Amino acid sequence: MTTLLDAYSETSGQGVIDHLRQLAAPLRGMKILHVNSTRVGGGVAEILGKLVPLMQELSIDASWEVITGNDDFYQCTKAMHNALQGSRARIPRHLLDNYEQVNRDNGEQLREKLEAADFVFIHDPQPAPLLTYCPARRGKWIWRCHIDASHPYRPVWKYLKPFIADYDASIFSLPRFAKTLPHPQYIIPPSIDPLSEKNMDLTKEEVWGVYGDFDLDPERPLLLQVSRFDRFKDPLGVIQAYQLVKKFVPGQQLVLAGGTATDDPEGEVVLQEVRDAAAGDPDIHILLLPPDAHKTINALQRAADIVLQKSIKEGFGLTVTEAMWKGKPVIGGDTGGIQLQVINFNTGFRVNTPEGAALRIRYLLHQPAKMREMGNKAREFVRDNFLLTRHLREYLTLILSLHYGSEDRIELN
Amino acid sequence: MNEKNGYEQKPPEDFVLKDCALIAIATGKRALTLRELRDLLLTVTPDSIYYHFWGGLLQPRFEEREYNNDFAAWAWYSLHDAVLAERLAVVDPTESSDLEELRQQILEIIEERLDEREALSWISSDVSFEFIRSQIVVFDTGKRAKTPEELTAILPDISPSSIFYHFIDSRRRLEHHRDDFSFWLSSFEERHQELCEKLVAIDPYFDSLAQLKKQLVDLFEIHSQKETP
Repeated sequence: MTTLLDAYSETSGQGVIDHLRQLAAPLRGMKILHVNSTRVGGGVAEILGKLVPLMQELSIDASWEVITGNDDFYQCTKAMHNALQGSRARIPRHLLDNYEQVNRDNGEQLREKLEAADFVFIHDPQPAPLLTYCPARRGKWIWRCHIDASHPYRPVWKYLKPFIADYDASIFSLPRFAKTLPHPQYIIPPSIDPLSEKNMDLTKEEVWGVYGDFDLDPERPLLLQVSRFDRFKDPLGVIQAYQLVKKFVPGQQLVLAGGTATDDPEGEVVLQEVRDAAAGDPDIHILLLPPDAHKTINALQRAADIVLQKSIKEGFGLTVTEAMWKGKPVIGGDTGGIQLQVINFNTGFRVNTPEGAALRIRYLLHQPAKMREMGNKAREFVRDNFLLTRHLREYLTLILSLHYGSEDRIELN
Repeated sequence: MNEKNGYEQKPPEDFVLKDCALIAIATGKRALTLRELRDLLLTVTPDSIYYHFWGGLLQPRFEEREYNNDFAAWAWYSLHDAVLAERLAVVDPTESSDLEELRQQILEIIEERLDEREALSWISSDVSFEFIRSQIVVFDTGKRAKTPEELTAILPDISPSSIFYHFIDSRRRLEHHRDDFSFWLSSFEERHQELCEKLVAIDPYFDSLAQLKKQLVDLFEIHSQKETP
């Protein structure tokens, strides 16, 4: 029977899997519990859906629990999420009281498992107070922050901090996201799952399907940006860059693919601005895709010649990682995790303006060989650094590090 | 032979093939100006300096880096001071006797530059320098080599992180900044002396682990072919 580890060895290499087995050997039988707030949808659930079975295959007693809440709870945690990313919005006291009550209720339900675990990973702010309600906990508790919390809205961070300060460690995706906390803060960048619908290999027919589905011409260059219609993703800047290039490459096509933004009033405004900016140009395609259109996004990324992520502000930028995994050079905003992934003249270009993006689009479209070379480098860079197996390796290293002490060198015998 | 830390291979015993994993930990220390960088450099732990010189080999970072240490990269990309970047880039950590000496070397370069260009005391960088420290977890792979020939056979299959442990990290553990391979080989007969010298001559600072591994595999194989009657 083919195991999940076997499947990953095909993309990551057998050496990587052997490494994982050796790192996991001292953790055999340990109870490791992950807790988040949703079983489906979103990057965290996607990662846990694979990370937990992989840990189990490594003979770790890993499990995953999901807390449940009411509408007020999710309204509160959404506001917290935005506030950690810098949005200045106060959260009413009654929502915070409800947040604590929901955590208290979930704490009661999960207490036995939480207190019995050797390691508990609490993902994001939603279940953060659970630790408070588990006084008899025996294991180490780690808070995993998947959000760019580099410049949080202070009142909200001040409220959350006491819940998080009691953890044994926390994890942030980039060094600059780390906070002032009285425990070790590990740096673990996120990853993509090469076997997921969004990243798995597709047949030629599946890729070519998007040309017909969205009225695209396979003979002409295709530029793509996949992102929400959000000012921080600068879709208007992408259109401007496309228009600057059009004088020189009239045949190019641009696809802006994003989710529907019905629950985000600002998203609707940005979308309208994007539609206005694109009006009258049949080669600009604005696609509103449902949240589960992973295979379509995958095919679009594979069909594209160049992928853009011209963000003005970005957390890590997993859409960049996804595009690079498909062997595409990326033109990305010079910000956040894009700086870690897009290396000028190697895996793509980092730009600060629509003009900069236009210049690099022209450069790449005129040098197809260079484009292929950069795409190949981008894929290998992701293979070495940003696949789920690397993410798992760092989780295992962190667990070993917490288990065996805080010395800068831990020798396992 | 340095017996006190117990990390080294003990010739002529078997070569014990080990592997390692590195995890990065934020220190919370951030420098926005060169003066702040200088001040923080005085206080960070040696493992932080180690990380900023060598950690890139095991952490998510592009292999073909323009600058081989984080200080030089920051000086150019964030502070935009090419002079400082060039001076810092040329610092070779393998030439320092220990991390304290390396710390002093960087400090001297920074202070010299602060003397030359006073504005660098207050010019703010685009992105702060984030001091990171690391923990290294070392584990036994269970593989052993009794002879250089056996080691030659094992080498093509060892992981990049194992190369890091035996060829880079060893310089922190062994006297005279040795690598584990040449240290172990030196306990055998003279006939391996030439291979030892070639291993010692490898400059590990500018190569990726994959490139280092290829060099090692090639050297061992060529040596093995010469040895075969």
